[in-house]
Amino acid sequence: MSVVALKPGYTGEIKDRVENFHGQQLLYIGWEDHLMFCAPLCIPVPPTLPFGALTAQIIPDLYAAHPDASAIDWSKVEWFSSSQPFTPDLSKSLADNGLGHKASLRFRTPGLTGIKGSCS
Amino acid sequence: MNMPISGKPPKKLSLKENYALLTRGLGWETSYESMDKVFPQCDFEGIKIHDWDKWEDPFRLTMDAYWKYQGEKERKLYAIVDAFQQNNGQFNVSDARYINTLKLFLTGVSPLEYGAHRGFAMAGRNFKGAGASIAAQMQAIDELRHAQTQAHTISHYNKFFHGMHDPIHMFDRVWYLSVPKSYFEDAMTAGPFEFVTAISFSFEYVLTNLLFMPFMSGAAFNGDMATVTFGFSAQSDESRHMTLGLEVVKFILEQDPANLPIVQRWLDKWFWRGYRLLALVAMMMDYMLPKRVMSWSEAWGMYFEQNGGALFNDLARYGVRMPKYHDVAAKEKDRLSHETWGIFYNYTHAAGFHTWVPEEGEMKWLSEKYPATFDKHYRPRFEYWRDQQKKGERFYNKTLPMLCQTCQIPMGFTEPDDPTKICYRESHYRDNKFHFCSDGCKDIFDFEPEKYVQSWLPVHQVYQGNCFRPGTDPTAPGFDPLLEVLKYYNFNVGKDGGEYLDSEDKKHWEQWTGKPGVSI
Repeated sequence: MSVVALKPGYTGEIKDRVENFHGQQLLYIGWEDHLMFCAPLCIPVPPTLPFGALTAQIIPDLYAAHPDASAIDWSKVEWFSSSQPFTPDLSKSLADNGLGHKASLRFRTPGLTGIKGSCS
Repeated sequence: MNMPISGKPPKKLSLKENYALLTRGLGWETSYESMDKVFPQCDFEGIKIHDWDKWEDPFRLTMDAYWKYQGEKERKLYAIVDAFQQNNGQFNVSDARYINTLKLFLTGVSPLEYGAHRGFAMAGRNFKGAGASIAAQMQAIDELRHAQTQAHTISHYNKFFHGMHDPIHMFDRVWYLSVPKSYFEDAMTAGPFEFVTAISFSFEYVLTNLLFMPFMSGAAFNGDMATVTFGFSAQSDESRHMTLGLEVVKFILEQDPANLPIVQRWLDKWFWRGYRLLALVAMMMDYMLPKRVMSWSEAWGMYFEQNGGALFNDLARYGVRMPKYHDVAAKEKDRLSHETWGIFYNYTHAAGFHTWVPEEGEMKWLSEKYPATFDKHYRPRFEYWRDQQKKGERFYNKTLPMLCQTCQIPMGFTEPDDPTKICYRESHYRDNKFHFCSDGCKDIFDFEPEKYVQSWLPVHQVYQGNCFRPGTDPTAPGFDPLLEVLKYYNFNVGKDGGEYLDSEDKKHWEQWTGKPGVSI
């Protein structure tokens, strides 16, 4: 049983299926130990976007207001996809890296632990 | 038609006879149509009722008594509201920051009162027993009254402060108002038994003290006698609703042993949904009241852990246990308000009320109330934000957040055992990923995914292009998506939300009252 409904066989419309995003897909990005940004961020991106564009431009722009942002060493960053350790290929697209619609990507920056080490 | 032929007045019924005729005599077994066709929603949830006459309403309220009591309450309330308005009572509150709690209440809570009116009217229609129907009908009328008295009382503030001009429109659109809206619509789209268990018991009985006590005591502490008065006027109804809530659960459980696992699942679900909704109250108590009543952590300890614990002990004889994840709520009580206020501080430019960094004295209070968490985890970010603000660089988060599929709150809550790690949970269903802020929210989705795949998540709706006014052209040169979304919300852009210290509300307050405002 996947719903308690008056009508047998009732199904719901998936409101956020990828076709509704005009060729884009959603990507969630969370920076571990930096909770001054209160929650992971959600951005629409083309599935063909090279992963390297995230590190070169997109993520630094998203977190520019954080004092640790300029100190990120991208060669040391640890990545997680759906909470599992993950090694991206920066030259390949998000899709080729296995990051589909509503993928949840997290990164940890060893040595950077937020404002005064508070994980803020 | 009731004129006695003999000329003698008819014998006046005793209250007991009157109530019996109202709640038993009004119901009958239908003959032209089957009872199942007349009451089509009574069975699909799996609840078995064998004898509706076992329904006992401890108040035994009759219609004439009901109208008399309610009429008296209305007269008292409106006399006080009139006096409040004529005396410019709005200028006697502690500080204009307090008004933001009213904005949150009017846009986030009053529409729930109206939702409750609709929900109880539907539940009343769908119960086969006249006693339960009458109780639901009276509550439906109560809830409509609450929505009205709140709108009438707070409308006076709307003449002087921003953010209160269009609450129902906002309720149906604004990102954080989707949290209370989805909570209530989840209940209304369930069957009648789940609805009353969710709202009458889990909300009204178990959690309501955590909503009304902070708002009404907060109003009293902060000099807002108008709000205190509508609170009192509603409170006497609330005690009847709470009694109804307990009766509902006991009645269902006593009718058939097979009802227990269904009811327990609802208690688990609606405890968690209600608790997540109360995150808004937590931040109100710890951050938005210039004069504080008690901390969220203290309120949770008193009203849920002690009182709620005693209640569930009493219910243990029916086989009911404490709601699942109550232990998680206990672990979160020293961080819930701070994390929630952080969310609104991040996105206040897209909200209908103001946020601010607590003043130094307020941070001291927070340190005292939260010795294990505030200085370690939250004070550093507030001090940084304050420094940035002094430099003219007030922090706003410019990117929309990831939301929980079930509670719809930005994913700002942390792991039960680690306040430095965001809690991520995920499910796969019909080739899609769904994300949750907690095990509680994930469990709710996993049991009924066909319901929650339909969640209207504001962030995703913005990205789909569904949150602009009709006729908006997103391809036009200079298109500003955030500005257009705020117009769709019918916000006065730059006036309703944003930093309090930069606000027109603050400027007006100082100008009109001559009282010194807060500063950094």
